[in-house]
Amino acid sequence: MTAVSRLAWWALSLGVFVAVWWLAALYYGDPKLLPTPPLVLDALIASAKAGALFSNLAVTLARVAASFLLAMIIGSALGIFLGMSPTADRLISPWIVLFLNLPALVIIMLCYVWFGLVESAAVAAVAINKIPNVAVTLREGAAALSRDLAEMARIYGFSRWKTLRHVILPQLAPYFAAAARSGLALVWKIVLVVELLGRPNGVGFELQTAFQLWDVATILAYALAFGLIVQAIELGLIQPWERAANRWRR
Amino acid sequence: MTAVRIDIAEKVFPAVAGGPARGLYHDFRLEVADKSFVALLGPSGLGKTTLLNIVAGVDRDFKGRVTFESKAAPRIGYAFQSPRLLPWRTVLQNVTLPLEPGSASAERAKAVLAEMGLADAHDVYPERLSLGMQRRVALARAFALQPDLLLMDEPFVSLDEQTADRLRDLLANLVQRHPATILFVTHDSREAVRLADRVVVLGGPPVRIEHDVRIELSPEARRNAGEVERVRGSLTSAGPALAVARA
Ligand SMILES: Nc1ncnc2c1ncn2[C@@H]1O[C@H](COP(=O)(O)OP(=O)(O)O)[C@@H](O)[C@H]1O
Ligand SMILES: [Mg+2]
Repeated sequence: MTAVSRLAWWALSLGVFVAVWWLAALYYGDPKLLPTPPLVLDALIASAKAGALFSNLAVTLARVAASFLLAMIIGSALGIFLGMSPTADRLISPWIVLFLNLPALVIIMLCYVWFGLVESAAVAAVAINKIPNVAVTLREGAAALSRDLAEMARIYGFSRWKTLRHVILPQLAPYFAAAARSGLALVWKIVLVVELLGRPNGVGFELQTAFQLWDVATILAYALAFGLIVQAIELGLIQPWERAANRWRR
Repeated sequence: MTAVRIDIAEKVFPAVAGGPARGLYHDFRLEVADKSFVALLGPSGLGKTTLLNIVAGVDRDFKGRVTFESKAAPRIGYAFQSPRLLPWRTVLQNVTLPLEPGSASAERAKAVLAEMGLADAHDVYPERLSLGMQRRVALARAFALQPDLLLMDEPFVSLDEQTADRLRDLLANLVQRHPATILFVTHDSREAVRLADRVVVLGGPPVRIEHDVRIELSPEARRNAGEVERVRGSLTSAGPALAVARA
């Protein structure tokens, strides 16, 4: 598909969504509980004019980026290590299962209680929630690494760096992409909870204020703004990278 | 100088799910002289690929030793039984990656690819090529290295006879220009006689040397089907001692 037709499909799909929402809002008839799209747009413009929108989005986005990167780096290293060492895997994988099933809320609360209501505790809490997912995905990738190609690299005297860059990382690329995509979705949802529970700013904090006022239009405005940003990251960053990494496939 | 002395006291593959353990080698000895072209002839499943892996140093799970009589560690080129190309790198990158970086290497890689008839496939990804072409890329990778020791594992199977013939000529030609010690695994005795200056016929298990025949044919005689056929007959009739097949 060309970039233009991809964008066209994307716009069409979202257009239908907005239309359904608008009709539902008109039919329901209570703009306080289910505002129409223009009312949400008004709320969006109002918070943009007040400046709160951009500062909150920036703060939340920074937290998403920090915890996402942290989780990807630690989770990948852990997963690759487990995939290559069966002994370590047997030893550590029960821990992974434990952390996979620990509710996000519990991790967040414990982080705040033990490390205080500080930025590092917030970022760590989100990362800890995501690390086991990344580790499980990359473990699968590392366990599936081709022995044939590893032997080839050794016989032909590839250096460590050459082996990593030309033999190992290309095999792991699809697993990185899968972990990144599901990671982004999970991380930004958990960041909002972390902000709601213990941060004085960010989208999560702002939503809490709106919630106390039953201000549905603002809640939807923030959800919309952040949803658009995440879509943009998916469309502009992850998908192009995936296409580039896959161009050798038949 | 790259003579190879292979001495395998014991090579066993452990039992897998239900099957018995397989003892492939027991007190097996083979000496390969420097710059000689040795064909290893034997039925499939005998352990020929395993032998090449042991020589290449990727299978270290055996009792015994492989010694190289050479100044430094020999540069090894290995044409595997399957191509083992990097599917995410282009044909040219696959051939240049094992070489030292530099324009001289790139030129050599391009020259070998051209000889393989792959001059217009430089920028193609391997999975878009036919299996025969992939095998030729793998051969180009092994040749371009100008190895001291060249291991080849049934390199011309699954190619059409015409291409295989052309590549055999090419191999003979390359060896003449860049002499190397070659261990060439095949189950095709005609191919063995045509290319090698020594054919080692293997039997087993455990693997043992059934015949060890020196082939002394001129390059012209090797291209003569009748000559090859005549010498081929001597492979099986020759006694277990070293025999010599002359033109
Ligand atoms: N990694 C392995 N584990 C267990 N058995 C193996 C392994 N590799 C090869 N074998 C067995 O060893 C025997 C010899 O294999 P191989 O060296 O590939 O034979 P050839 O190349 O002569 O056809 C075969 O029976 C094969 O099933
Ligand atoms: Mg084999």
